[in-house]
Amino acid sequence: MPETIIRHASKTAMTLMAFAIVFTSLMAYVYQVTKQPIELSEAAARMSLFRQIMPAHMHDNDLLKDTIALPPDPLLGTTQTTLANIARIQNQPSAVILEAIAHDGYSGDIKLLLAIDAKGTISGVRVISHKETPGLGDYIDIARNNWIKLFDGQSLNNSTESDWRVKKDGGKFDYMVGATITPRAVVSATHKALLYVDQHKQTLFSVQTSQEDNAQQENK
Amino acid sequence: MSQYSEIAHNAVWKQNPGVVQLLGLCPTLAVTTSVVNGVSLGLATALVMAAANGAVSPVRKFVPDEIRVPVFILVIAALVTMIDLTIHGFAEPLHKVLGIFIPLIVVNCIVLARVESFAAKNEPAPAIWDGFMMGIGLTIVLALLGGMRELVGKGTLFSGLDLAFGPEFKAYILTVIPDYHGFLLAILPPGAFLGLASLIALRNWAEIRKTTPNNAATTNALKPSH
Repeated sequence: MPETIIRHASKTAMTLMAFAIVFTSLMAYVYQVTKQPIELSEAAARMSLFRQIMPAHMHDNDLLKDTIALPPDPLLGTTQTTLANIARIQNQPSAVILEAIAHDGYSGDIKLLLAIDAKGTISGVRVISHKETPGLGDYIDIARNNWIKLFDGQSLNNSTESDWRVKKDGGKFDYMVGATITPRAVVSATHKALLYVDQHKQTLFSVQTSQEDNAQQENK
Repeated sequence: MSQYSEIAHNAVWKQNPGVVQLLGLCPTLAVTTSVVNGVSLGLATALVMAAANGAVSPVRKFVPDEIRVPVFILVIAALVTMIDLTIHGFAEPLHKVLGIFIPLIVVNCIVLARVESFAAKNEPAPAIWDGFMMGIGLTIVLALLGGMRELVGKGTLFSGLDLAFGPEFKAYILTVIPDYHGFLLAILPPGAFLGLASLIALRNWAEIRKTTPNNAATTNALKPSH
């Protein structure tokens, strides 16, 4: 009986739709309620990461709002536009926080966050994400080891081109026996990021302020 | 035995999701590199299972048989999303630890299995209890497996506790074998399979010993039946 089949099918479809509507609206409601707390806690988490690689006295602006878009660049290893944060003191750019990706790790990409000041000196580096072997290559992560702090205070001025290698390859960076590929990738990505900042000094450290900053100035 | 203690016994021992039903092996094998990871995922799963069973049981009579699976998946996915958002918004430190595991729970078939085989046939209260206890049964397996792998692989226990609860908990991390260089096999995926296999064997052995009082019968039980 085609009519009852159609009726049965549409009744079933209506039930499924009712469930979909109810649960979608529930999800939408929870999303609305949690949207702001999530944004706040993400901003706080990001800020505390920035704080690890850049001491508070290096800037007096709102780092999270003062951003500049960097187009993809082979020196940064980026394939998409990334946002860099500019640190300023009295509106004068003092440092930049940018992302770099090393593609030559042992397994997968290693994502780095670097803070480099206007003189080209590294204030700090952190690995944001990596897929290196647990127990071997993961000492690049600050949660496992302080190795990544070797980069603090390094710059193109106090090291020669050949210094930017692990000790095994004749450079000046320590590594741990059993995992050379991982630190090699991090050292070279950090070096390339320094070169990038050096080449783009003009754009990164120009006095020009972002719109949010201007608005803040006017409010004062 | 009352209905509730029977459900609990069933979930933790007789039908343990980790070592008897062998459902949800993907997260079981993937995250048990340490006790803290295992227990965190286990407890999150218990929460989701209790919520999913509790949500399905009251509406079970309105769900036509033909579309029960899509409806159940819809309910589970929605619940997991809501729990994920809530934890992210109001318990950021917890989200840092559980964050990557919570979306994984959607694909854990143990949740769908309990909704389908228990919540769809029972009253809400026993259904919630069943979901929760199944989660606890899984948590026990994850904790044991995580403990084994962490001990053999890294020589420590409870590492990562400081990441979960704050730096003051660093003191509770036990270094069981000092100056241990690590046994990588235990941490890598093969270690998960070997560890889980040992746990399954251990449970089967205990079950055989319990159900056969005579030693003679033990050998029979291990023989394949013809």
